Amino acid sequence: MDNITQNLQGVPLNHYIWLSAIIFSIGVIGVLTRRNAIVIFMSVELMLNAVNLLLAAFSVHNNDPSGQVFVFFIMVLAAAEVAVGLSIIVMIYRNTQSTDINVLNRLKW
Amino acid sequence: MGTSVFYLVAFLSIFFSLMVIFAKNPVHSVLYLIVTFFTFTVHYILLNAQFLAVVNFIVYMGAIMVLFLFVLMLLNLNTDNEPLKSVLVKVVGVIGGCCLVVTLIGSLKATAASDPLILVNPNLGLVKNLGKELFGPFMLPFELSSILLLTAMVGAVLLTKKEKV
Repeated sequence: MDNITQNLQGVPLNHYIWLSAIIFSIGVIGVLTRRNAIVIFMSVELMLNAVNLLLAAFSVHNNDPSGQVFVFFIMVLAAAEVAVGLSIIVMIYRNTQSTDINVLNRLKW
Repeated sequence: MGTSVFYLVAFLSIFFSLMVIFAKNPVHSVLYLIVTFFTFTVHYILLNAQFLAVVNFIVYMGAIMVLFLFVLMLLNLNTDNEPLKSVLVKVVGVIGGCCLVVTLIGSLKATAASDPLILVNPNLGLVKNLGKELFGPFMLPFELSSILLLTAMVGAVLLTKKEKV
């Protein structure tokens, strides 16, 4: 494990921020361009994971374990969100026979 | 070797997350998402956050992915007959995402916090250290999260229950 930790030395914090920003934006693009509700959920998971990675990196940077505890809470939140969201999708599919979000545009009015 | 492991894994995460949103078949999307989460686990190991690596492995690659695959197979959506959005919406979405990247990176460049990441305390992400933190100052949120999980479970069961006709 010491050998792996040695590799860490020297990666600038900026590169972690860039990686998280890029993956977060990939999630945003997925939400904007896809129509399948399940794929949109996966994009939301990508965004949550980008934030998790950034929190862990800053936790190491500041030598503060609170950041990693927050990551743990975000994981709890993601699990609850996926369970409720997928059950909503199942209910929608039972009523409309599709998971196309454009069917749900009646929610706009 | 040096820091090249980080850059290799970072490239893999970006590549596979792109594959998640551009794969036509939703089942392929889920499989690429599993690989993406695995690269995130490697990132946590590189940060020496061993507890987070294990939890990420179990929760995301185990529980959540099984849930996604189960729903996909249950609804029989594993055919690529997804109605596609118009080209205009896609192009505008991609352009908007790229603008978000440029804005985030540009604004963070101004802060110039680019000192290398150094692990001062090698025990930072170990279970012992995090457990003390979790059951010390974060005791109340930890207990509240169990109520949140219970609420989510009851909600999921209630939502998917067939109503009496």
